Order: sequence, then structure tokens, then C-alpha cells
Amino acid sequence: MKILVLISNVPDTTTKIRFKADNTAFDDAGVQWIINPWDELALTRAVELKEAGSITHITVANVGTPATEPTLRKALAVGADDAIRVNVAAKDAFEVASQLAQVAEGYDLILAGIEASDYNGSAVGGMLAELLDISSVSAVSGITIADGKVLFNREIDGGSQKLEVTTPVLAVVQKGIAKEPRIPAMRGIMMARSKPLKVIDPSTAEERTAFVKFELPPKKAACKMVAEDNVKELVRLLHEEAKAL
Amino acid sequence: MSILVYTENWDGKFKKFSFELVSYAAAVAKETGASVTVISIGKVAQEELQKLSLYGADKVLTVEDERFKSLDNKAMSKAVVAAAEAEKATLVVLAHNNLGKALAPRVSVRLKAGLETGVMALPLSMNPFIVKKKVFTGKAFAKVKVEGEIKVITLAQNSFEPVEMNHTETIEAFDPQVSDSDFTVVVKETNKVTGKVLLTDAEIVVSGGRGMKSADNWGGLEELADLLGAGMACSRPVSDEGWRSHSEHVGQTGKIIAPNLYLAFGISGAIQHLGGVSSSKVIVAVNKDPEAPIFEAADYGIVGDVNVVIPQFVQAVKEL
Repeated sequence: MKILVLISNVPDTTTKIRFKADNTAFDDAGVQWIINPWDELALTRAVELKEAGSITHITVANVGTPATEPTLRKALAVGADDAIRVNVAAKDAFEVASQLAQVAEGYDLILAGIEASDYNGSAVGGMLAELLDISSVSAVSGITIADGKVLFNREIDGGSQKLEVTTPVLAVVQKGIAKEPRIPAMRGIMMARSKPLKVIDPSTAEERTAFVKFELPPKKAACKMVAEDNVKELVRLLHEEAKAL
Repeated sequence: MSILVYTENWDGKFKKFSFELVSYAAAVAKETGASVTVISIGKVAQEELQKLSLYGADKVLTVEDERFKSLDNKAMSKAVVAAAEAEKATLVVLAHNNLGKALAPRVSVRLKAGLETGVMALPLSMNPFIVKKKVFTGKAFAKVKVEGEIKVITLAQNSFEPVEMNHTETIEAFDPQVSDSDFTVVVKETNKVTGKVLLTDAEIVVSGGRGMKSADNWGGLEELADLLGAGMACSRPVSDEGWRSHSEHVGQTGKIIAPNLYLAFGISGAIQHLGGVSSSKVIVAVNKDPEAPIFEAADYGIVGDVNVVIPQFVQAVKEL
């Protein structure tokens, strides 16, 4: 069984967000780039499944310029067998999904993170599944493979479900899929250097959305402080002033 | 010209979120002269369906086919697409929740539509179609132009107040003609926690962090949550330590919530945590460290020991 894990290259989650060109573009000066946190968990689970002998091969794929290669190398260091990069700076989710569609055939299982932590689109996984005309399951928080059968745990409102799915299938995964992301070991980093990273030319793809303007949230008013021994006053303020209780 | 809304039902009932979606569509329809059609999948009683008209639905298409019970994303998105085509919809509105996020991308591809997710207000302009959404997990906003003759959006919860109006609707059974081969998911087991307030529905959320010190200290917070009819939440270190379930983790990688009131006890307020709660209308922080970043995001704060403050808080709420 072969797995494809989609990897988005995003600013470190502690990045201070700034914009440039009259607030029409993200200012990436000095930004540290990481594997999107949910993609990293998906990859971690894929590596666990491979170690357990449930799958044979892990490919990671990213749509991006050569600048995203360190992120793909990190994914290889964590345990992916090979990597694919579609060489284009994609502008929106549909373009990313369209580019991935040309490299995503032939896998039994495709894993996508629930969203990317930059533009919070939650769209690429579902779009790719539709472009490939395969089934998809969202909010997946667990994957097990036994006797060639793939079982998902899916979060629903106020609970969870166990699902049996037929492959090929795309899972949009969220928290719980793996406990903690793997940190690459020195041996992994060394091996990653010689693992195959294939660069593919982009196909012509359409964009359907465009950012017009960015803005930062307005500054919040100062926090109103209440003394530790006067909790009653806090509750009164919440009740009478904020009308929140 | 019409606007199509898909809303799920929860055991045959609609929630406030459903009415937010219909009201939103009705407000856009008023601008553009379109009509509002709702597609409802699953068994819902007539009087429940009629509630949708109160918020501006002109027509409700009901699909009662039992096969959809498995919430198969592929089959359900085909049903929504069939309704959009039958109604000649130029805008499709879904919820920005688990199911809406699962269906909207598939629907947009099939309809060759432009998609934007997590929309937080009425369109800023209809032509070009520009919407506002949060990006960088609440650290910024973006205005986005959506192309295409048809647009698909998901609307963020609690971003549009439902407006009641005097309206009537027609209710029709609808057959989306989805074939058996589109159903590929089999539900083996469903586990539901009953009797608890769902985090995503809660108007008030009571949350604890590392400052709670151990798994055994949560009695006071649970009592407070019960008193207030609040949902229970926690920060990431708490769920990582196993003090509380992962399903209670709010923050960038956990659940993103937007309640009226968020009460944070012993949470320092790492930027990833704030990303998940910054949309709350009022934030209260109790933390022993006066320098904790949570106080920059909070509206009200106490510098103090959670073990001292929580019992007093419970007592003061009882006396309200």
C-alpha cells in the first residue's frame, strides 16, 4: 500500500505577521518556514504505519518554488521515501489542487492536513479528491490498517465514528492523528540528502481567487484588572458591564 | 437566479448556525433580487423545516434518502451540486464547520466555481465578488476576490446574526440521483457523548491551562461550567499531558471557537492558543504571572492563583 502526504510550506506559527506592497502581499522577510503542523502530523502517522509494516512507501508532494525544498528535505528526513515538487508559486487552493492532481494518481491513501496555517483555506484536500474523482473523509483523527482494510476514526459533533473505507481514498486529517510530530534524527537528515526529490513542471492551471488587501486586527483596549481577593467585582463587571454572564 | 444554502441537521433539528446561514443568504438575496433555496439532507420534521422560512428561505429541497446517513463526502457533495444545478444557483453557502469544509471544496470543483472559506461578513462587493476572511489563524484579515460565474463560500460561525422575518416557503422532496457507487464509506461504530455542551455551540467556554497543575484539579472548573451551562476547554499542554481529552483542546491546532465569553484559568496565552480563541467577544484571564501574554488579549483579568480564584468565582456566580 502506498501513501501520498501533501506538504504545505508555511511560516513558523510564532511568526509576527506583516504585509508589504501597500498591504497586498505577505512580507516574508526573515520568516522561518516549516511543514504545516497538520501535514507534519499526517506524515508522522504515515511513518508509524510504515514502521508497523502496514504500508510500503511514503511519497510527499508540495507545490512551490525551489525555496520550499528545505521543507521537503525535512519531510524526507522524518521518514518519507521520496518527494515531488511541482515547480510553481501557486496563487490559490484550486491552482495547488490542480497541480497536485497530475502527480497524485496511483496512491491507495492520500493524506492532507485540515488546513494550512497561513491562509486557513481547508480546501486543497477536498478539491484534489474531486479532481481525482475519489472518495474523501474529513476530520480524520485516526488511521489504522489491518488485513488490507483501512479504518478511519472521524470526529463528529460531540463524538467520533469508526469508518471502513475503500481505497483509493483521501483523508483530511486533524489533531489526534499522531500524538506528537517526529523530529528528524541525524541519521534521517543524512539519508534525506540522497533520497529522490523529483521536480515537475507545472501544468496550466486556473486561479479562481485573488487577495485584494490584507489588514491587521485593530489594537485591543487595555485589560481591566481586578484584585485577586475581589472576584465578586469581576463577576459583577461581567454581568453588568460586559453583559456576558 | 438563486442562492443555495446547505445546512446539516443535528438529530433532525436545526441549530442557530443553520439560521445564520439562511439569514446570510437572505441578506445577499435582498441585494441581488435572487431567491433562497435550502437543501436539507436527512429526516427532518415539517415544522422544523418551516423554521427555515422564518429566516428567509423561499424553498426547501429535502432529501430523505437513508444512504446519506454515513455522511459520505463524495455522495453528499454530488447531492448539493445537483440542487445547485436544478436551482441555477449562482452562490452556494455552506457552514464553516467539519461537514461544510468537507463538502465545499468538492462542490466548487464540480460546479467550476470560485471558492472562499471562513467568510466572516456579507460580501464587501457583489461585482467583483469580494469577501472578508481571517488568515494566519486570526492574526490578520484578508479581502479576497472570488472569480467564476458561480461562487461557493463557507460562512464562519457566529459571524452573522440570524434575522427573523415574515416569510413563507415551499417544501419539496428532491432526488439528487446519486448512484450507489458514490457511497464508499461504511460507519462501523458511533460514539457520542451526551449531556455535555458542545464546545462549538457554547455561548460561554470555561478553559484551563498548565496553571491547573494536575489532572485532579478540574472539579471547580467543571462545577463552574455546569453552573453557567458552559462548554469545557483546555490548552494544548493540558491535552498533551493527558489531563483532559484532545477534543477539549482549543487553539491553532485544536478547535477554533468564537463564544460570547471565554474564561481562561491558568493559561499563559501562547500565540497558537490565542489563534483559536481570539474571536471570542469577551475574554477573561486568571493567571499568576502578570506578564503572561493572555492579558494582552483579555478584556478582564486577575493576577492570582487559580485555586484561590475558582472557588470564589463559583460562589459569586451562585449569588448572581
